[in-house]
Amino acid sequence: MFSNKYIFVYSTILVVVAASILSIAAVVLKPFQQKNQEVEKMQQLLSSVGIVSEADNAEELYNKYFTEEYGVNPEGEIVSSYINQQQTKGSERPFKADMKKELQKVKSNDSSASLPVFVCNKDGKKNYVVPVSGTGLWGGIWGYMAVDEDLSTVVGVNFGHKSETPGLGAEITTEKFQNQFKGKQVFENSQVKLEVKKRADKQDKYQVDAISGATITSTGVSNMIKDCLGLYIKYFETIKTDSNGK
Amino acid sequence: MANNLKLIKNPLSKDNPITVQVLGICSALAVTAQLKPAVVMALSVTVVVALSNVVVSLLRNTIPPRIRIIVQLVIVSMMVILVDQVLKAFVYEVSKQLSVFVGLIITNCIVMGRLEAFAMSHKPGVSFLDGIGNGLGYAFILITMGFVRELFGSGTLWGFQVIPQALYNIGYENNGLMIMPPMALIIVGIIIWVHRSRNKDLCEK
Repeated sequence: MFSNKYIFVYSTILVVVAASILSIAAVVLKPFQQKNQEVEKMQQLLSSVGIVSEADNAEELYNKYFTEEYGVNPEGEIVSSYINQQQTKGSERPFKADMKKELQKVKSNDSSASLPVFVCNKDGKKNYVVPVSGTGLWGGIWGYMAVDEDLSTVVGVNFGHKSETPGLGAEITTEKFQNQFKGKQVFENSQVKLEVKKRADKQDKYQVDAISGATITSTGVSNMIKDCLGLYIKYFETIKTDSNGK
Repeated sequence: MANNLKLIKNPLSKDNPITVQVLGICSALAVTAQLKPAVVMALSVTVVVALSNVVVSLLRNTIPPRIRIIVQLVIVSMMVILVDQVLKAFVYEVSKQLSVFVGLIITNCIVMGRLEAFAMSHKPGVSFLDGIGNGLGYAFILITMGFVRELFGSGTLWGFQVIPQALYNIGYENNGLMIMPPMALIIVGIIIWVHRSRNKDLCEK
């Protein structure tokens, strides 16, 4: 009844039509989706410094507390800055930077690497929030780590993951795991010393207890902190010298 | 006209996709721990079934039988991706909760089942009604389950606390089992039991 030729032509047309409809939808809806992702990022940043937000008020709270954004290179130099909703240096807003891509640039010695730092002014104190990104067992893990004015004491963290095992690796997103980081120290003698390890000593300010049954994810978190925070050492040093000089 | 009404009414009860046709159980277990995702999932499935029913029905005389399943799959996938994109754009939080299950509507047996059983042999108008009917039948069960599970599992409805704090103070506790998948199976079982005891003609001899 239907010839082979008909079937070929029919399926080709069908697929092309379906593909065009989907492409149009993707293009039209993209601005809305990006907006949602930005709001989610703001919520995560707010959560890392301990501010609870809803999707509705995240942007307002973010603009209130996070007044400064910087892009810094591993040498500690500021390459872009965005202060009080104004781009003051460089061309790209640090908020838009993707930590994973920036890490790859650092790895391949690309000089355009710009690592984001978010400065939160809360209760007259400055908190510095840096993004972290690494790999877990099944896929990517990422998050934000906020440190105090002394640039070493952890104020809070917020982790996310792509596809870690529920109940095991996925526990890194729970408050129970994340709260352990509060008050810990990241640096000692300009080296990242904070680590996630099994049978950690809870009193030790450089140790966080790993999740039992999720060794690889826990090690992933540990490495992620070491690799990412390590890149900010020079920048943090410059802030310290600046404030001492004042 | 009476026939058209039947298309909507039958799937709600005597021909319910979940409790009688036993289609789409997987998603019914996965997304009903809370009311909101259950409602969104139900709406999404209704839209997908209704629209793909119409499209397949419009094309039914041109679709070569040898590749009809593939054609149906392309159409269903397209609808599902559209729904997914719209959810991501307008109800982001819910779309994150539904995560993979929106994509899995493609494999939801209700959709393919209705296309094969109905849309391939009926006109677009009635196919649309059949899709809406089956979607609502699915929605009815999902929302009932979401209601029961959220109420007893978390003490909330649509995210709002409904069980008063006073009750917790005198020792009431949320039932943790309610939000686990096994309890969803038990609730489906109870719904089927009640349903069949009221409709004796559905019972197998």
